[in-house]
Amino acid sequence: MIKRVAVIGGGIAGMEAAGLLASRGYDVLLVEKEQDLGGNVAKWDRLFPSKTPASDIVNKIKLGLSPSIKVLTNRTVTRMIRNNDNFALLLSDETLEKVDAILVTTGFQVFDALRKEEYGYGIYDNVITSVDLERMFASKKVLCKNGKEPKCVAFIHCVGSRDEKVNNHYCSRVCCITAVKQAIEMKELYPTADVYCFYMDLRMFGRYYEDFYHDAQAKYSVSFVRGRLSEAGETHDNKIVLKAEDTLIGKPLKVTVDMLVLMTGMESPDTTENLSACLELEQGNDRFITPADPYIHNNCTHRRGIFVAGACTAPKNIPETLADARSAVVAIEDYLFTYTD
Amino acid sequence: MINFGYNINKSSRIDLDKDLNIAKKIVKIEPSFRTCIGCGCCTSTCSANNFTVFNLRKIQLQINRGELQSIRKEVEKCMLCGKCQMICPRGINTRNIILAIFKVID
Ligand SMILES: Cc1cc2nc3c(=O)[nH]c(=O)nc-3n(C[C@H](O)[C@H](O)[C@H](O)COP(=O)(O)OP(=O)(O)OC[C@H]3O[C@@H](n4cnc5c(N)ncnc54)[C@H](O)[C@@H]3O)c2cc1C
Ligand code: SF4
Ligand code: SF4
Ligand code: SF4
Repeated sequence: MIKRVAVIGGGIAGMEAAGLLASRGYDVLLVEKEQDLGGNVAKWDRLFPSKTPASDIVNKIKLGLSPSIKVLTNRTVTRMIRNNDNFALLLSDETLEKVDAILVTTGFQVFDALRKEEYGYGIYDNVITSVDLERMFASKKVLCKNGKEPKCVAFIHCVGSRDEKVNNHYCSRVCCITAVKQAIEMKELYPTADVYCFYMDLRMFGRYYEDFYHDAQAKYSVSFVRGRLSEAGETHDNKIVLKAEDTLIGKPLKVTVDMLVLMTGMESPDTTENLSACLELEQGNDRFITPADPYIHNNCTHRRGIFVAGACTAPKNIPETLADARSAVVAIEDYLFTYTD
Repeated sequence: MINFGYNINKSSRIDLDKDLNIAKKIVKIEPSFRTCIGCGCCTSTCSANNFTVFNLRKIQLQINRGELQSIRKEVEKCMLCGKCQMICPRGINTRNIILAIFKVID
């Protein structure tokens, strides 16, 4: 009998895995809670480190989805009933699906910048997030609220990451390089603008990331200030005054900018709690899903027949996510090969 | 000995080989003392440093490196208002650190 696999979450990890499973002859069900497939990458304009349009990548991965895959959008899983090695999944539309294995690819949610009130998001006119800026880049309109071009822009690293105050201790990994990318894009758009990055550590871990940082300094004159923003205030003409310490000089610093961009981090989606409860998965103290072990069985969970891939287990960039999705397919294939129903 | 007017300057280097027990004593009283990431939020938000030079980030680092000259005089500038504690991303109990410094430094 043809084995059936449910993939929960239709971002790049879910789509990549679903496509590969289908082409290996499995019957695949892809469940996505939003209206469209694509996940977070569909929200980005151009990608680091190559400035490739994000839509190119999403579309290419979508091409791998064969028509045989049953795509169920606007739905999630609400209950799981296990019968030995078979699962019955109850979906939010009250339908029941029977499967032999489950792959969780529920990714991440972007940190809600309203929670860092001292940075003024949602309060001051010209405070935006990195996600808002991606949208602005995509619409080719990067302007202050009053319609004017920004002459001075600051990027704030680690918003909602590495911060006890919002209960996110971990580093989100991709926001440093995103800040460098966006700072460069800002300078490409407005070469005479002053652009600052306020960072604590610059985590340029990927191939060519350090080159990007070097270019930001050498070609684009982006200024890097080592200090975390403590507070932002608004002037009468809707500019933003920043307070930080320049920790390398050892003096408090202030700067007035036209636009403030908050590099919001990654969080395990709020819905993970319900999903973990229904699939009996474990979450770490960072609320991301915990795989069976972090090295060898990193696509397995503590539950037999349930697998994980992508950013639902930790912040990951696109190549890491896709590699993880493919390795999950291998793990699932191995598992389904060895068990008989 | 003839005095030529020269003398050997004391090294201005940080010396991690010397005994750093003041830092150890502070950690005993307040374990979060070791967890500073040097972000500078405390200094930037500090009520005391608006007009005088006062840098809590640097004070902590200096103690951790055994650079104790003028620390006592420095920490006296703190008003224990607690703003730094409210903002610290590592959740460090900064006020208790100040109090611990007073306790162990003399
Ligand atoms: C601002 C920003 C910019 C970035 N730019 C880049 C870049 O330029 N280059 C790069 O390599 N990486 C970039 N990344 C990282 C990239 O976005 C991630 O690697 C990628 O999104 C991870 O894919 P995923 O499929 O694991 O998760 P996601 O993209 O989060 O997709 C998860 C999917 O699962 C769905 N889902 C969630 N919960 C449920 C549920 N309970 N039931 C059903 N469906 C559910 C979601 O709706 C979503 O569609 C960026 C990240 C950020 C924050
Ligand atoms: S990647 Fe950079 S900006 Fe993002 S959390 Fe880590 S250190 Fe902060
Ligand atoms: S408690 Fe002391 S160091 Fe902290 S903000 Fe107040 S005056 Fe500054
Ligand atoms: S705010 Fe906290 S982590 Fe940052 S420099 Fe001050 S004590 Fe260290």
